[in-house]
Amino acid sequence: MNRILKTFCASLLALIPVAAMAQIDGEFVKPRTGKFLLQNATVVTVTKGTLENTSVLVENGKIAQVGTGINASDAEVIDCTGMFIYPGMIDGGTRLGLVEVSSVPETVDYAELGNVTPNMQALTTVNPNAEAIGVTRVSGVTTVLTVPTGGLFPGTAALINLNGYTPDQMYGGFKAIVMNFPSSGRRGRFDRRSDEDIKKDSEKALKEANDIWENAKNYLSLKEAGAELQYYPEMDQLSKAVSGELPLLIVVDAASDIQNAIKWVEGKDIKVIFSGVAEGWRVADEIAKAGIPVITGPVQELPSRQSDRYDAAYANAGKMAKAGVKVAIRTDEEENVRNLPFHAAFAAAYGLGKEEALKAITINPAEIFGIQDQYGSVEAGKRANLVVSTGDPLETKSQIMHVFIDGYRIPMSNRHIRLYQEFLERSPGLKAN
Amino acid sequence: MKKLNFIFAALLGMGLNYSQAQTPKGSVLIKNATVLTVTKGNLENADVLVQDGIIKQVGQNLSAPSGVQTIDASGKYLMPGIIDAHSHVALDVVNEASAPIVAEVRMKDMVNPYEIGIYRALAGGVTISHAMHGSANVVGGQNATLKHRWGSTDPADIIMQDAPRTIKFALGENPTRVHGRGNNIQPRTRMGVEAVLRNGFNEALQYKKSWESYNAAKGQKGNTVAPPVFNERLQTLAEILDGKIIIHCHSYRADEIYMLINVAKDFGITKLVFQHTNEGFKVAPEIAEYTMGASVFADWWAYKMEVYYSTAFNAAILQKNGVITSINSDSAELIRHLYHEAAKTQRYGGLTDEEALSMITINPAKQLGIDDKVGSIEVGKQADLVIFEGHPLSSYAVPQMTFVDGVKYFDIKADKDDQRQFVSATEMVEPVYLHTEEDHQCLQDVDAYFEAFQGAFLDEKH
Repeated sequence: MNRILKTFCASLLALIPVAAMAQIDGEFVKPRTGKFLLQNATVVTVTKGTLENTSVLVENGKIAQVGTGINASDAEVIDCTGMFIYPGMIDGGTRLGLVEVSSVPETVDYAELGNVTPNMQALTTVNPNAEAIGVTRVSGVTTVLTVPTGGLFPGTAALINLNGYTPDQMYGGFKAIVMNFPSSGRRGRFDRRSDEDIKKDSEKALKEANDIWENAKNYLSLKEAGAELQYYPEMDQLSKAVSGELPLLIVVDAASDIQNAIKWVEGKDIKVIFSGVAEGWRVADEIAKAGIPVITGPVQELPSRQSDRYDAAYANAGKMAKAGVKVAIRTDEEENVRNLPFHAAFAAAYGLGKEEALKAITINPAEIFGIQDQYGSVEAGKRANLVVSTGDPLETKSQIMHVFIDGYRIPMSNRHIRLYQEFLERSPGLKAN
Repeated sequence: MKKLNFIFAALLGMGLNYSQAQTPKGSVLIKNATVLTVTKGNLENADVLVQDGIIKQVGQNLSAPSGVQTIDASGKYLMPGIIDAHSHVALDVVNEASAPIVAEVRMKDMVNPYEIGIYRALAGGVTISHAMHGSANVVGGQNATLKHRWGSTDPADIIMQDAPRTIKFALGENPTRVHGRGNNIQPRTRMGVEAVLRNGFNEALQYKKSWESYNAAKGQKGNTVAPPVFNERLQTLAEILDGKIIIHCHSYRADEIYMLINVAKDFGITKLVFQHTNEGFKVAPEIAEYTMGASVFADWWAYKMEVYYSTAFNAAILQKNGVITSINSDSAELIRHLYHEAAKTQRYGGLTDEEALSMITINPAKQLGIDDKVGSIEVGKQADLVIFEGHPLSSYAVPQMTFVDGVKYFDIKADKDDQRQFVSATEMVEPVYLHTEEDHQCLQDVDAYFEAFQGAFLDEKH
């Protein structure tokens, strides 16, 4: 009797956790790492041509092998027959992870107060669980530069991979100090300043930039000389651009500003990347001559002037590339970074060409960031950031079938997809009155 | 003599009216294209003959009547002119934000035929846009359906005169922000939005009734009834109740969409189209049953709270639930690649080519009440056509030529560096400003409402 009671109690106890969990229905699929063999695909390596009937082995977060007849019996096999493997796409300029809903100021973390705040770290405020990250990565965009905005030196941008639970797990190994180059043009149609005032303001802003830069230089030489320095985090960070430890990402759009920026950079022994560069096509030869790489975009954008050709923004990347500029593409987006391949497709159609357009969102940004040993192509030894698709991922109709980030197999789901699953055939449907 | 003058004046007036009605009509034979008719399938190596602005023949081996130009479109695609059911291009002013109901104002008074945005839309294959009032009011102004006859200098010539009247409504954050929070008057909530609508329609019913009693009484002998005071605002609302005007309602959340469906049912309104409709997918069966459909963004979301719970699969869910669905731009930029936006329904929901193309042609035509005239390549329809290099749903597609009423208004080979129609001697050309404004224009012109109140509202203009 006693024993029966005991057994009964034990079985009741055993039921408790089950009962407690019963309200959770279904299983959440998490990203998972492992050894994966992506078998029998057309591999678009970007750097080593296109390989038919080729397999890719993913192991320890890396691309272990690319080839045929790979022997990996312990790997999880993913049949990719009829599919294409591309490197993960890289967006060279976004605010992804820094904002949740742009009209709700409490969720907007990309613009700090102040004009000189290079010590504001985008990486600090990257929210690994931002809804837009899940929405973005299933498109095959695996890596983005996330960029703070605001004043003259608004902060430090960081490259992130779109998988991980902490900013450090997501960090992609590249940072840059952002500079919004002082504009010498009108700010918009409501800018009613006289030409003379605009000129004065612009000269003043440039002088301020020079003064700040001079301060950073002084700070650096004092620091290198071993002087005892007061706590000065802005100069401490900016001096890293002066020394070349970090590149300077100069955001600049208008033709005259680009020319001024080229002049400003001249004679400074620093690493520089231009970002935005909407009117680069007007001064493409000068940019090429200066040897400054460019992250341009958005491509799907209006021309900057009423008098411009309708396709000025579409054709910009192609014209710069033709002049010899190294070009990567950015969306300058937050929630719609997933459109990166389509921005690249428009650049391709309006002069850049398909091959160069693909490079502009894979190997070119990797080279510009100096991380081409890790990113930007399907080659053994690189990080396993991979996209498996039914066709060209720049083509709207193509479906992205699998995404790998740092060797993690990413579940092909997000809120947009879950809402589709729930509401496609709603039950109850239309209820009869 | 005075009488004669009057007759002359009347004749002159008629003459003016007549000339206004004479918009350019062209004749052209487009040969050897892959013709995407949208409603009648695809035709390989087919020809389309246009005479005097009307599609006269669709078939093979057609020959051009004398004097009609032939265009060889071998290897290219021909589709109907793209129709944008939500645009603010070519409007000088978008919002009359002064009251929750401003049904009396008309966008056709604000049309600017010089705006370069018209040409840029043509360069993206868009021949018709629905130039809408903004979303500051629960009941906004009356919209204008435009035909992109670039080069016309008379606003009347770019208005599609044979399109039915439509009016803008708006629910949710924008009207509650402008009036409830900006001006401290109803509506501040979505409850208030419903109240504004019901109060407005009830007042219009009374207004209508007072005119009906007056009209019934005035014919009777010896009556002394005074006519009611004419009120353009209530008159317009009454005409909505009479089914003379199609409502196009800015909306995002499912609850507010469902609310308006109920209000419409209670007042016997059936001519109703939802705009934006980001959460339309949640009430797709209801939208399908009771309305003329939904006009949506392909993938915009998360720029404000009421679009946070959106999905890029919205259009596909709506379509598969039987909703007449169109893809719109609401943006001077997006309007230039609606063919690409439509293709996103294939990435997000796997729609067929025909379904995707319908969303920028025949479906918006239905929602604007012009599907008997445009929206497909069929004999007898107005010859609004686009020739594409590459299939229009490809992200690499490039529009080559765009025709309105058989007249070519865009030709990529004849595109000039500066396509503006008119550069005034005083207009500043340099230095220029860069395009920095938000693409959305739904809350354009309401800035003054917040200057004294709270600048923060200005940041968000969608």
